[in-house]
Order: sequence, then structure tokens, then C-alpha cells
Amino acid sequence: MFEALTDRLTQVFQRIGRKGRLTEEDVDEALREVRRALLEADVHYTVVRDFIAAVRERAIGEEVLRSLTPAQQVIAIVHQELVRVLGSERVPLQWASQPPTIIMLVGLQGSGKTTQVAKLGYHLRKEGRRPLLVAADIYRPAAVEQLRTLGKQHDLPVYDEGTKADPVETVKHAVKVARDQGYNPVIIDTAGRLQIDEPMMQELERMAEAVRPTEILLVADAMTGQEAVNVAKEFHRRLSLTGLILTKLDGDARGGAALSIRAVVGVPIKFIGTGERVDALEPFYPDRLATRILGMGDVLSLIEKAQQQINQEEGKKLQEKLLAGTFDLEDFLRQLQQVKKMGPLTQLLEMIPGMGQLLRQQQVQISDDEYKRIEAIILSMTPEERRNPDIINYSRRRRIAQGSGTTIAEVSQLLTQFKQMQRMMAELGQLAAGRSRGPLRGLLGAGNAFPSLPGLDGFPGIGTAPARPQPAAHHGRHQSKKKKKKRR
Amino acid sequence: MIFSRFFRRRTPPSPQLESGLKRSRQGIFRQIVQLFERSQIDRELFDDLEALLIQADLGVATTEALLERLQERVRRGEVRDPVEAREALREEMVALLEAAMRNRRVKIYQRGVPFVSLVVGVNGTGKTTTIAKLARYHLDQGRTVLLVAADTFRAAAIDQLKAWGERLGVPVIAHAPGADPGAVVFDGMQAAHNRGIDVLLIDTAGRLHTKSNLMAELAKIRRVIQRHVPDAPHEVLLVIDATTGQNGLNQARVFTEAAGVTDIALTKLDGTAKGGIAFAIARELGIPIAYVGTGEKPTDFAEFDPEAYVDALFFGDEED
Repeated sequence: MFEALTDRLTQVFQRIGRKGRLTEEDVDEALREVRRALLEADVHYTVVRDFIAAVRERAIGEEVLRSLTPAQQVIAIVHQELVRVLGSERVPLQWASQPPTIIMLVGLQGSGKTTQVAKLGYHLRKEGRRPLLVAADIYRPAAVEQLRTLGKQHDLPVYDEGTKADPVETVKHAVKVARDQGYNPVIIDTAGRLQIDEPMMQELERMAEAVRPTEILLVADAMTGQEAVNVAKEFHRRLSLTGLILTKLDGDARGGAALSIRAVVGVPIKFIGTGERVDALEPFYPDRLATRILGMGDVLSLIEKAQQQINQEEGKKLQEKLLAGTFDLEDFLRQLQQVKKMGPLTQLLEMIPGMGQLLRQQQVQISDDEYKRIEAIILSMTPEERRNPDIINYSRRRRIAQGSGTTIAEVSQLLTQFKQMQRMMAELGQLAAGRSRGPLRGLLGAGNAFPSLPGLDGFPGIGTAPARPQPAAHHGRHQSKKKKKKRR
Repeated sequence: MIFSRFFRRRTPPSPQLESGLKRSRQGIFRQIVQLFERSQIDRELFDDLEALLIQADLGVATTEALLERLQERVRRGEVRDPVEAREALREEMVALLEAAMRNRRVKIYQRGVPFVSLVVGVNGTGKTTTIAKLARYHLDQGRTVLLVAADTFRAAAIDQLKAWGERLGVPVIAHAPGADPGAVVFDGMQAAHNRGIDVLLIDTAGRLHTKSNLMAELAKIRRVIQRHVPDAPHEVLLVIDATTGQNGLNQARVFTEAAGVTDIALTKLDGTAKGGIAFAIARELGIPIAYVGTGEKPTDFAEFDPEAYVDALFFGDEED
């Protein structure tokens, strides 16, 4: 799907040609594809309409960051907006000032309520609580039995009064038991129902009225289509929901329903269910879901990370320095640290489309330890040494090796490689100055996509452990350069 | 109502489908009326139809395909006003479903050879309830039925099926929770033979189609069945619930690869969801819908009728 949306967007922009700013036509063309992607992800029709309108307004006239292609720029805006709608911050469970805290789970049949009750209990017990699960679904055959079994399996206490009792009474009694015996929270499993089933909705209202839950969470299936909006609206109208648990995200559903529900009822998504096992409950992260809804893998997070971590101005200065051959170890260190801020190196490379596969094919291993070693070596130098590596004589090398916990040979190798790179860069710079639109310019301009990578790419130290040359890694570096040429 | 004048029902829809779908269409009905009360076919009409179909979960591609055909008929001059457009759209929708219906295998029930029906689907679509309904349906047709509890995974799934068996007076073959589903099915096949059962309904655990090991388990169950009756299962029913969005298409695709789905059972049509994903499945995979579920009672069930479905869902009369 990533391929689909990004490729389509790229095609759109190829037709239009590159421009400094996103024009109205660019944006409209691009948003047609985005709209389709959202609808295919089951985001509600009207939510998509409003969303597209909002993005359009934001995107038109926006300057295309020099690090991104226009297609990436549009996706970045779309992604940011998605995250905004999904809720940019994680909202934790609320706890009652007077225990026990009562958490009621509601939703359609088959959304996964009973399973989530057990998961939530398990999760909260791990956090040191003493949860009591309450089986208040007396309608589905064996629903009470299911919760009892789950309780037994995971050693979680379950309160039930069989299937003959009034569920509202059952719940009231359960709360009393919890209060007397110090259980907290009380997690209630309710019967699955259609939001238009009047008697059942009334039962829920009576239940909520009777025990005043701190949290009423709607359990919604990530595979739900356009109907999600109607369901959430009605449950919210009747019960004033406080949050959402999105289930079955371990499948390949894109989960656009979550966006619809967020947009329409505004309650936060508190947890996501990622499997049938009792530990498959995770806190919700808006950016991950946004990425999933767009169906774009992790490339997006890379764009995001690049945007966040790389100071544009600094990137430009670095590039100039590189070309002028005045790039020193100080600059290199800064570059290295910026890249590191973005996450583990291998993970970063994996995120580049095709790169993960390439890395596996070539069996390239780029370990973060090597990265650390290089950093340690440079950090053990004085500022003077970093600016002017030529002054580093044997005794300085010994000091640096000791300080960084490496060997003199490793320090020497790093310095040699750095010098080689500096020379190469200077040569490239001269060439590039002569033909600024030529292929070499473009090679360096790979930084357009990921400004941090030229240094990484060009520096021989990365990908090879100075003291332990790895031929495969050399090969891999070579490959990645080729790859960049192709990507232009 | 204005509709009755233009839509004569060709076949009277089943009462279950009617009452179940009544709620589904109430919201959408008014939209449709307003839609076609326009004086001319214009861009806006198509935009609104698109909104309508997408909100019914037909998906972008199927919606576009239907509207393109409609547009083509407008271009050819066959369709000149909104009333004709409505009729044309209705025809196209029915035709789409009927094309898939032609792939249906005729269901032959023989004495002495159990008709084996394997019921599969993702979690929570209503497989067990559908089994109960199917049992009721076959009992009403005078066939003997045996249920097999091959969902040994979900806590209390076996109890749920047993509870249904008791209510319906139908025997249930079950093992302990956590048992090998293949072994349960094996016993079920044997029992069906020994007891001369007409219809064997196998309940399987809900599984997401992305779990390849669980999908492989379905293939194994198929092999166990075939060891007893080579041309079985006679029916592999994928249960999809009407609230399912576009992921339903992936479900249908993968379940078909792993378990050879022959038909769809579309459940939970008693809500406001329209089950439009069934159009997408019919169009892209050619899998027909066999049954619809319209409630929690065993009688809330009907054989699928494309005309009745389309009429009741999108073009029904408000009064009834």
C-alpha cells in the first residue's frame, strides 16, 4: 500500500514537475490519491471530506522543504494532520479519587469485549493493581463461562451471578464486593449489542447510572467499516464514552474506523488490542496508527524523524563545508549524533524502501557499537584535534585510544579514513562547483531526501569497524551509494 | 411513497430480511428519495451516489465501477432522468451480485453421505450463531444435523455451541478445550457416518487471516474431512459481518486460498450496517452470498436473494 500511495503521488508530481511551493493544482491532484487511500482504509466518507479540506488549506502555498520531494511533503502534512485528529498525546486511564475505579467496556457483538476485559485486568495487575472482573453479559450463550475461564487461566478474580440475575444488580454487588475486599479497579464486561437495540442500551444506561463508572470504554474492531461512526455516536450519546479500545490490530486492517470515531466523538483512544493472548494489549500511539491508516510502512516515520532531527540550516552549512573540503571531525561528530538521535542505524536503513532487503541480501551488518566506537574516539579528542586532525601524533593517538577504550590502530584507521573522505569530498566539491546540475551534484544531493546521510554514506568509518575490517560492509556501503544514484 | 410507483418488487423479500433490513435503510432511504427527486442527471447526483455507496462499504473501486456503468448508460441515452438512473443503478447492483451467484455450487443433500459445511471467519463475526441458524434451517427442511465444536481455542466456545445444541435438540461432538481441531473434526466425520447424519456443521475458531499457522490449520481440517468424504466439504462458508469494512476483501481472498471458500454468510444485518463489502467480494472474487443473518435468534436467517437484498437495502418502501 505504501508503494501504491507514494508511487501514485510521485507520478502526480512528476507530471507537474518540481516547484518550490505546493500550488493549488499540485495539492488537489495529490489529495485525490490521499482521499482514495483514506476511503480504502475505511475512514468515514464525511470525515475524509472534512479532513481533505483541512489538509488542502494547510498544504497550498507551503514551501517544499528542501529535504523532501513534493510527494513526501504532502504525505508529511497529511500524516501530521492525521496525528492531530487521532490525538497527539497519549491519555492514560483515569482513576477515581474514591476507590474502586470502575471501568465499563461496551460495544457491538464480536468486537472483543470479553477478551479485552481479561487483557485489561492482566495489564493493570502487572502495574500492581488488584482488579476484579465482572461478567455482566448474560445474553450470549457461555459469555459468563468465557470470562470465568479466562479469569481462571490468568488467576484474575471474576465476579458473576450466573445468567439469571439482573446484570445491573450483579454489577452493583460486584462494586460492593470490591469495596469490602479492596479490589481496584472493577472491570465490567457487558453484553454486545447493536447501538439501535433499545432495551439493551437502556440496560447499559441503568448500569452506568447505578455505579457511575470512571471510564466507559467503547471496544471497536479495527476492521469496522463506515458503520463505526454511527455506532460510536450512539454509544457516546447514550453513555458519554471516556475512551476507546481498538481491537484486532494484529490483522491487516488499516483501522480507519479509529480516525472516524476520534473525529466524530472526540474521545481518546486508550489502548489497542493486538492479538488474542492476554498480554496483547498495548498503549496507543497516534503516529503509528496514522502511518498504518495511510498504509505507508515506516518510511513516513523516517521523513518525520529527518524533519525533526535535522536542522535545515545546519544541514546546508555542512553540505557547503563538505564541498569546500573544510569538513572536520567536529562537523562529523555533530552529523553522527544527529543521525543517532533518529534511532538505531540499522533500523533507519531498514526504513528506506528496498534498503532492508538489500542489507539482508548483502548480509551487511552495521552495528550500532561501531557507531559508538567512532563517537567515543572523536569525543576523546580535544576540540583542537577535531578541527585539525593533522596534529594528532603517536602520543595523542595513544591518549585517545585509552580515553575511548579502543586501540591505537583503530584510532589510526579512523583518521586515515577520515582524511580519505575529506580529500574525496573536496574533489567532488570542485567538480560539483563546475557543473552544479551534473550527476555528482546529484550524488551529494541525495541529502535532499535525507540530509544526514551524505556524511554517513561518504564516511568510510561507518559500516566498517576500524580495527576489524569487514569486506561485506564495504560492499554494502558501495551498494547503498549505487542505490542512491538510482533513487534520484 | 414515491418509490412504490417506480419499484415493483419482482420477488417478495423474506420477512426476516425485510424486518432486519428495515432499520438499515431508514437513514439511507431519505437520502435516496431526495437524491432522485432532482430534476436532472448532473454531476451532483453522481457525487451523492458515490457518497451513498461508499458509506454502505462498497469500497472505492466497486463504487467507481458501478457509477461508470451508470454513466455509460447515460451517455448511450438509455437513461435520461433521475428516475431511470435509479432503476439503472438498481439493475447494475443486482447484476453484480447475480454474476457471483452463478458461481454457486448446487447444494445436493444425499441420504447416507453427510453434507459437510465448514464455517470459517475472523474473530467475532458470528460463526457460532450462524451455525445455530444453519442447524435450525436444515432441521426445518427435515434434515438431521450434527454440530462439531472445532473451535477449541476461544474460552467457552465449546460451551456456547453445546448451549445451542441443547436449545435446538441437536447433538454436538466436542473435545476438551485446547484439543486438536483436526481430531474433533475426525470424530465428527465418523459420528456423522455412524449415525447417518444428513448435515454436518463444523464450527471453527475465529482467526485473523494474517496468521498463516492458523490458516494452515484450516487446510488440515479440510484434509481430515476429505479422508472421509472426498468431495467434501460441500460448503465452506465464510462468515462476514455487515459492519466489516474494506478489510473484508482481504479476508475473503486469504480464506479462499487456505480453505476454498464457496459462499459468504453475511451477518448482523439487523443493525444499520449495509454489508456493502459483499458487493466488493462478489465483484472482485466472484464469491456468492448464500445466507444473511438478521438477528440473534436462530430464525433470524434467510437464503440470500440479490433482488430482495438490493431493494430492501437501498430502494425499499418506507411504509413496510
